[in-house]
Amino acid sequence: MVMNGKQHRQEFSVNFMDFIGAGQAASQIKLLLQKVGYDPLVIRRASIAAYELEMNLVIHGGGGALSVVIKPDKIELLAEDDGPGIADLDLAMQEGYSTAPLSVREMGFGAGMGLPNVKKNTDVIEMKSEVGKGTWIKAVIFTKNEV
Amino acid sequence: MKQYYHSVRLVKDLCKGCTNCIKRCPTEAIRVRDGKARIIEELCVDCGECIRICPNRAKIAVEDGLDKLKEYKFNIALPAPSFYGQFDARYSLEDILSALLLLGFDDVFEVALAAEGVTLATQKYLNAGAGGVRPVISQACPAVMGLIQVRFPLLLQNIAPIESPMNMAAKIAKTRASKRTGLNMDDIGAFFITPCPGKITSVRQPPGDNEIFVDGALSIASVYGMVLAALNKIKAGQGPKHKPVQCASGAGIGWGRSGGEVKALNMGTMLAVDGIHNVISVLEQVEKGEMDDIDYLECLACTGGCIGGSLTVKNPFLARVKLNQMSQKGSGPVREDFIKEIGPLVEQGYFGLRGKIQPRKVEPLDCDLATAIVKADQLEKVLEQLPGLDCSSCGCPNCRALAEDIVRGLALETDCIFKLRKRVEILAEEVLELAKKVPPAMGHRHYHKSTQEEE
Repeated sequence: MVMNGKQHRQEFSVNFMDFIGAGQAASQIKLLLQKVGYDPLVIRRASIAAYELEMNLVIHGGGGALSVVIKPDKIELLAEDDGPGIADLDLAMQEGYSTAPLSVREMGFGAGMGLPNVKKNTDVIEMKSEVGKGTWIKAVIFTKNEV
Repeated sequence: MKQYYHSVRLVKDLCKGCTNCIKRCPTEAIRVRDGKARIIEELCVDCGECIRICPNRAKIAVEDGLDKLKEYKFNIALPAPSFYGQFDARYSLEDILSALLLLGFDDVFEVALAAEGVTLATQKYLNAGAGGVRPVISQACPAVMGLIQVRFPLLLQNIAPIESPMNMAAKIAKTRASKRTGLNMDDIGAFFITPCPGKITSVRQPPGDNEIFVDGALSIASVYGMVLAALNKIKAGQGPKHKPVQCASGAGIGWGRSGGEVKALNMGTMLAVDGIHNVISVLEQVEKGEMDDIDYLECLACTGGCIGGSLTVKNPFLARVKLNQMSQKGSGPVREDFIKEIGPLVEQGYFGLRGKIQPRKVEPLDCDLATAIVKADQLEKVLEQLPGLDCSSCGCPNCRALAEDIVRGLALETDCIFKLRKRVEILAEEVLELAKKVPPAMGHRHYHKSTQEEE
């Protein structure tokens, strides 16, 4: 792995239940990655993951911050919130499992595809969560074609 | 070296350097430099938005003239379906086609008829599963093709690998004319009567470097006056000896307005989008995978579809009423024969797009990834210092674009009039301060203690 001090970080604040603004952070992240000139496939994976993380903040996390850190060898996405937290992280990673309360499911969300979709489109995913405190998720996409 | 051909051009003398076009351009492909609008070649998709918005009529489409007909022994006019929507109801479809013969063409072949063949080929492609791709995106609009090449390279695989009605019309018409007249294909000219600059460009530079059978393009606007005169002649009984037979059914003619293509296709879940900014927002959804339940997507850059093209004459909403009426037209015997004839050709892949449409290489901030990241960082810092008014006085469409041009080394921070004013203010303050300073020999201030003592 090439260690390089060159990196750029951008943070976007995401508001709880703001469905009009939802998706804007992911769109801007995609635009940034295109300007920098990453491989289109890398951009697609990062955009999808960013969008899922952003929607998680809008719907489940009570709002929070979505950040992107770009480096020559990898793209890191960080989602942080002070929301309800996830009790069982392993379960949350399973397709179809959702901790979303009934109120959220009634809106048609909480199908349990969000985090598995993030996992599917990224190379490394790290999570920390505490019930009642919040959730911290870091998803990494390597930019070289070695997986 | 010019890598891209564009029909959309600037008439320098007419350009006042205003900012209307740079703000309207969907790919941010225009900058005002030295008082004139300059088009960035790799980003321009020839959509014609700037032609529409320019108050000084400084943006034009370079097209072919009727003079070019002299280069061929036999000339065929290929009217776009939108062409039919430009004229009053008192003129029949046959009158409209006859008028083109009076302009000097030897024959007319309706692009609307070829469109019906394209519909058959598209149905076949969708029935065969479309290679598992969803949604399949129509190839009909050249500006949308350019947009996908520039901004959505990953969606190139969604484009239906089928030829455009225009090119198929030229291929079929020239092949038929060659058989009938005994002339070589090269001696036969096929001219598209186009509603938009995008099609002119795709005649010169077809996407995917496919073989193009069209020899030139004339805009609806440029032939409009002559066609009106010809229509009056026809009404006065001075029409051509042999009237062309109008064959296309309402399904093909309907392609001229938005929703027409999917109406003709009529299978699965379909969606029609028009207006380039709407197309962009829908393609963004496709990219996110939010449209996987749509089978077919018709995307047209102009509002209302081709009748809204920047080189049409009639108000697009009035033209739509006309086209709606015409699209009620049923099938006739000639059209039935045509469908029977091309059915087997469709099976043989006659309508298939041979070349692959490649993405356009849009320049990143730097060719070196690490340097590009550093520049991305600088970009945000520069942007923070700009006023964020997006006034465009600097010649860029918005503050972000200026920040980008600055880190690319193409613009200066003082191109921003607010930054420049601030600099002038600082300078003025300095000048004022200096002006107040008086030499010790004349003034009373700033004496050294030692000199005071001497006094």
